[in-house]
This record gives sequence, structure tokens and C-alpha cells, in this order.
Amino acid sequence: MANEIKSSEITPEKVYLNRRNFMRAGLLAGTTLASAGLYRFFNPQPPKEIQTPQISDVKQAPDFKLEEKLTPFEEITNYNNYYEFSTDKNAVARKAENFITRPWTVEVGGLAGKPKVFDIDELLRFEQEERIYRFRCVEGWSMVIPWVGFPLKKILDAVEPLGAARYVAFQTFYGDVKPDNPQVKLPEGKNFMQTAFSAGIELPYVEGLRLDEAMHPLTILATGLYGKQMPNQNGAPIRLVVPWKYGFKSIKSIVKITLTDTEPPTTWNIAAPDEYGFYSNVNPDVAHRRWSQAKERRIGELGLRESLMFNGYAGEVASLYDGMDLKKYF
Amino acid sequence: MQDIKFYKILIFINSLVPLAFLGFDAWRGNLGANPIEFFLRTTGVLTLIFLLLTLSVTPLRKTFGWNSLIKYRRMIGLYAFFYGILHLFTYSIFDKSLNLSAITADIRQRPFIAVGMLAFFLLIPLAVTSTNGMIKRLGGKNWAKLHRLTYPAAILGVIHFWMIVKSDLTYPLLFGLVLAALFGYRIFANQKTAERAVKAN
Repeated sequence: MANEIKSSEITPEKVYLNRRNFMRAGLLAGTTLASAGLYRFFNPQPPKEIQTPQISDVKQAPDFKLEEKLTPFEEITNYNNYYEFSTDKNAVARKAENFITRPWTVEVGGLAGKPKVFDIDELLRFEQEERIYRFRCVEGWSMVIPWVGFPLKKILDAVEPLGAARYVAFQTFYGDVKPDNPQVKLPEGKNFMQTAFSAGIELPYVEGLRLDEAMHPLTILATGLYGKQMPNQNGAPIRLVVPWKYGFKSIKSIVKITLTDTEPPTTWNIAAPDEYGFYSNVNPDVAHRRWSQAKERRIGELGLRESLMFNGYAGEVASLYDGMDLKKYF
Repeated sequence: MQDIKFYKILIFINSLVPLAFLGFDAWRGNLGANPIEFFLRTTGVLTLIFLLLTLSVTPLRKTFGWNSLIKYRRMIGLYAFFYGILHLFTYSIFDKSLNLSAITADIRQRPFIAVGMLAFFLLIPLAVTSTNGMIKRLGGKNWAKLHRLTYPAAILGVIHFWMIVKSDLTYPLLFGLVLAALFGYRIFANQKTAERAVKAN
């Protein structure tokens, strides 16, 4: 028969087995490598190192020191809730890399005698002081952050609030809503802010405070941290810091501050009114549906520590809420 | 036989890749600012992935005729259980300091914890009865019936994921869609079988 295989053409068993072993080794290595690639693709890359200019002449404010270990710069700048960029806290630093924050203005108005548009460079010329504050996220983690900034009261006083003003509303920059915003140049061709749909919250982000909370000496507009100008992912170029409230109240990248006579709408309250109140003071006695607020994980620690009423600032701010049922006004 | 053994090793090693990375990154201090949260979230997602993989075996077998896949399903299911244990242990040890009354209080107060716990407890009898001996003792039919608990476990797992997410539902939605497709296939296939049975009668 013509098709008969000659015995010399049969692959010897040894060669056959070797070839099979070779292919198996390749398959094993290949799939393992693919699995590894898949894992890396979906999981965070190493932390992003960021550099921002030093802020000169930062006044040390001895009244606002804490005897607690500072959270390292790298962790403050690589674990961020900034939904306009990403809902993954580990990914914000990279996504916010191309956010251009010059020129930048903050419009301060509403019920004010002298409404004014401030340029960021003007705001950076306000006397800057260092404030070391605890920062407590509603998700149950916390940091200790050396902010640089100035009291919000300064900017509010400058526009002379009218007697009718009882609240202050804040608004974050949002690139998708106003791509032609003359205030901020977006990197060309890069639609780097995500949509309200994928963030799951309405954008632009808005927040609010009662006027007495806004005027409180602990409430600051922060322009930096660790003596350097504010990194993008932390809310460059200027953000609010209200240390006795959950972190989401401390709105980032502010473009607008408005004095009002009615309680302004706030983003997380709109998203889930039964979960996030207007006040959102740190309160270990009022549990959130998903997180017991009794304890928190300090970044850098493995276990949990007790959360403090008003995040440890009860002495300074408890009187603001005299006679209020804090379970009702959570 | 040789091939099956090799593919078992292949799946075994690939399923360990995420754990290896978690361990390696933890050792290098590279799990991010909040390593516990990261470990908790990743092991949870892995549990769901392996659960969905076990549920993909039957559709893949029937659609493509890859019948030998059944030989690897037990291992995939046990990996789901394994990552589920890591998930539960991380929560119990680091979030609750192994305090049983704190855990039960959490189950009562937080629906998403209750749902996740229930999903995990449904997996226990499945892991226990996964041996050949147990299949024989229960009888194939009973065993198959019992192992349908995988369905509610997977549904509860996806709901658990859905409930913990604050606002960005992309990933829970993705898992939900895959699960729905796997269930959809089964309903469709069952209907076909029923139709054929009617015709045969």
C-alpha cells in the first residue's frame, strides 16, 4: 500500500514524550503568564509619585497640632475618593494626572454685599498656615493630614455676607459639563473625567454648610498638604476641609461658593438621602447602613480604633449643635 | 488519563495566581494604602469569579461538547470556597477581631453582611460533599439536587456585592449580567428538553 507509514517515519516514543512535555511546559507557562497579566490589569499599579511646587511662607499654627502620627504623603496621594476621575481609590492619582488647574478662579457670591471672583494666585497670597487634622471617611477609614490653607471665614468676610445668608453652597469643577469652561483648560482631546453615569452620582459635585459651620475657625480652604501645593487627586487647586465631618463634605477643586438663605442640595444626600445627611458629622453612635461608624481603620494600621464624636473635635464644635437631635440630623 | 491530570495541575496553578500576587504584594507592602480593604475586596471578587466559572461548565459542555470539563468543576468550586474562606476570615479577624458577638450584631444590623454570610454558609455543605465518597453515599441524584445550592449562593453573592458598592454599579452589574446569562441558558435548555420529551410522548 502506498500510504503505509514506514517504521522510520514513526516518531520514537522518547521524542514524542519530550515534545509533549515541552508543549505542556509551554501551556503551563503561557496560561500562568496570562492569568498573571489579567490580575495585574485589573489591579492597581504601584503608587504614583507626584511632585507639586512648595508653598512658601507657611505659618505654623501651634493650636492645630496633633500628637498623632502623620499619614505618609504617598498614602494620602494614592488613596482618594474623587469620583469625577475614578471610583477606584487606588486609581485616582493616575487618572487625575492630566488635570490642568491653571488658570483657575473661584466665584464667591450669592447673598453677599461684595461678590467677587478670586484668582487662585490671589488666594495663594492669603496667609497660609499648616493645620494637622484627622480626616475620617464615611467608609470607615481615617488619616492624619498636614493641610496647608486658610480659614474659609477670611474669604466669606471679604465678600461681606448679607444678613439673610444662612448657608454656604460649594461646587466642584466638572469638565464634562462645561468643556468650554474658560476658567480651566482641559488637556486637548482628553476627556479624562468620567460621566455622571459611571460615577453613579450627579455631577458637578455640590456640598453645603450652615453659615456658622462655615465661619468656624476649624473650617479651612486648603491649598496644599505637607507644605506643597495641592496634588490633583486631593482636590487641586483649592478644596474645603471640615475636620469634624465625614470626608465627602470636604468638597474638592472648588469653582463656586454661594451664600444662600436655604439649605443647599448636597451630592451624596441626593444620591441616598437615608444614608448621607446634610450634616454628616462624624458620630460613632449613628450607624450607616453599610458601615458601623463606631470604629475606623487608620491608614497604616491593621486593626480598628474607636471613632471619636465629631472626629475628636467635640470641644470646639459640639456647641454648634446644642439642642439638636443628632440622630435625626445625621 | 495523563491529559486530565495535566489539565488539573494547569487549573490548580492558574487558580493560585491571584493568591500568589496577593501574598507577594502584601509582602512588598504593595497592596495600597488600605491593604486589608484591598485583600477583602479582591478575595470577595475572586469568590464570585470562581462561582461563575463553576456555573459556566454545564453551558460550555453542552454548547461545545467539551464534556471533559466536568472533571475540573469540583476543583473550581473548591477554589470558590477557598477564596470565600479567605474573604470571611479577613473580615472576621481584621474588621471584627474574631469577636463573635460583634459579628452577629453586624449580621443583624447590616443586610449586606447577612446576605454574604448566607451565601457562604450555603457553600459549606457543597464543599463537605464534594468527595467521591460523599457522592456515592448521597447517590448521584440527591447529590446533584443538593449542589443546586450553588445557584442561590451565586445570586446572593452578586446581591452582596451590589449592596456594598456606594454608587458605581459597573462591576456588580457585570457579574449580574453574566449570572443572568448563565441562568438564561439553563432555562432555555430545560425548555428545549421538556419540548423534546413532549414530542417523544
